[in-house]
Amino acid sequence: MPARAGKLGATLIDAIIPAVASGLLDLLALEPPGWGGNLLRGLVSSVEIAVGAYVMGLLIGIGGAYGKLYGGPVVRDLLGLYTTIVRAVPELVLILMLYFAGTDLVNRVLIAFGHQAVDINGLIAGIGVLGIVQGAYSTEVLRGAILAIPQGQVEAARAYGMSPGLLLRRITLPAMLPFAIPGLANLWLIATKDTALLAIVGFNELTQTTRLAAGATKAYFTFFLAAGALYLALTLFSNVIIGRVERWARRGMPSLTETR
Amino acid sequence: MSAGQTAWLSRPAAGQGAAEALHVENLHKKFGELHVLKGVSLSARDGDVIAIIGGSGSGKSTLLRCINCLENPTSGIIRVNGEEIRLKADSYGNTYPADRRQIERIRSRLGMVFQSFNLWSHMTLLENVIEVPVHVLGVKKERAIVEAETLLARVGLAEKRDVYPAFLSGGQQQRAAIARALAIQPRVMLFDEPTSALDPELVGEVLRVIGDLAREGRTMVLVTHEMKFAREVATHVVYLYNGVVEEEGPPAALFGAPKSERLKQFLRNVG
Repeated sequence: MPARAGKLGATLIDAIIPAVASGLLDLLALEPPGWGGNLLRGLVSSVEIAVGAYVMGLLIGIGGAYGKLYGGPVVRDLLGLYTTIVRAVPELVLILMLYFAGTDLVNRVLIAFGHQAVDINGLIAGIGVLGIVQGAYSTEVLRGAILAIPQGQVEAARAYGMSPGLLLRRITLPAMLPFAIPGLANLWLIATKDTALLAIVGFNELTQTTRLAAGATKAYFTFFLAAGALYLALTLFSNVIIGRVERWARRGMPSLTETR
Repeated sequence: MSAGQTAWLSRPAAGQGAAEALHVENLHKKFGELHVLKGVSLSARDGDVIAIIGGSGSGKSTLLRCINCLENPTSGIIRVNGEEIRLKADSYGNTYPADRRQIERIRSRLGMVFQSFNLWSHMTLLENVIEVPVHVLGVKKERAIVEAETLLARVGLAEKRDVYPAFLSGGQQQRAAIARALAIQPRVMLFDEPTSALDPELVGEVLRVIGDLAREGRTMVLVTHEMKFAREVATHVVYLYNGVVEEEGPPAALFGAPKSERLKQFLRNVG
């Protein structure tokens, strides 16, 4: 059975590939009328949003983790509210809510203060929306990582007169990094793919561009496969970088496999 | 290193004539209902080596940790180098340093050595040793590195300068931690049971380093379980029992002819 199925598959592929290949290359060509250039521009937009949202999320996360761990009761409650709500509501809903309600709110505030309403840049809005989502998850990842730091190292830093800012920069952040990397790596990969959700608000990132290209040419399979390949390439590239960062972050830790 | 040399020169004057490096007066510490220190006083002049001994739960580590406000004393006076640590209390009765910069400045001149070393795991030994001089005390990095190399050589770890702490034995880590403490040219060194976490065969190498420092006239306060060592290096021994100084005096008197019944029993037990 498997052999026959394999044979059938092979003949099918033999038949389809040459027929598709010529048209495929035309469709994916970088110059118009090919859509390749558009797809790549979409990818660049996606990466831009992902990077921006990720960095924003990290900054929120550092502040959020610190606030949750060391803040007063009010700060802790507010941050608890933030992380709970953002992590409880589906991201698609959050994006619709924040994107439309958020831009509306900004404009209302602007008008209330006697300014002109502005057309908010899609890139900025996308980064802002996804950054708020990422921030909630980052807060928890970083909070866990900070808790994993051997307390003696923080105590030693205090005992040698480090100020809170110096302690954060020189000890807490680098010491928690090895514990945070797996979680942060997940968040980065999620960020790259969450950019696709912005297609719903009409932002021209990779998924939206793919939809346009597929709709215009009716070559759905080709374009979504191409988009999938681009997302995969981004992930593979990210993995290489993450691996390097993790090796660097764990430089002071004996490798698990090397110990006898 | 120059601070060490002057301290060494002033060694003969240690005791009566030397300046007071550390002064603790009527120190109380409560953890909630638990009254750990009940009015402890302590004084160290330049060159003094004060050994604090006592059973588990006697408050000796808490006393040491109160000196640099790792634990905030509930009440009492602490003067380091003549400067009194200003404390304030909040409405719940918790005390903490009134002036963050003051306590940071004082801490940066108290070289603390911990029971569990507490080296920074993401830094090599050299980076550990230069960290506080460069980032807290504002020493130029090149100069700090030269001094750190001298200190690491001194504790026998010159070749390990680029190794991360996790790859070293406990004894090596503790010697590196001592080098880190020396790098700030401490006014007083605080040792919190520096050999308690070590395998027995590694205790000797660490005690040798501490003993050398004591003999060259470093001012230090040492919480220890090593009675023989305390007797050899200390100029003054304090026996703490249940948060109170039960007996104190020169080591020969305290170990040779203990007066308090509790101390006699304690010495018999650890004997």
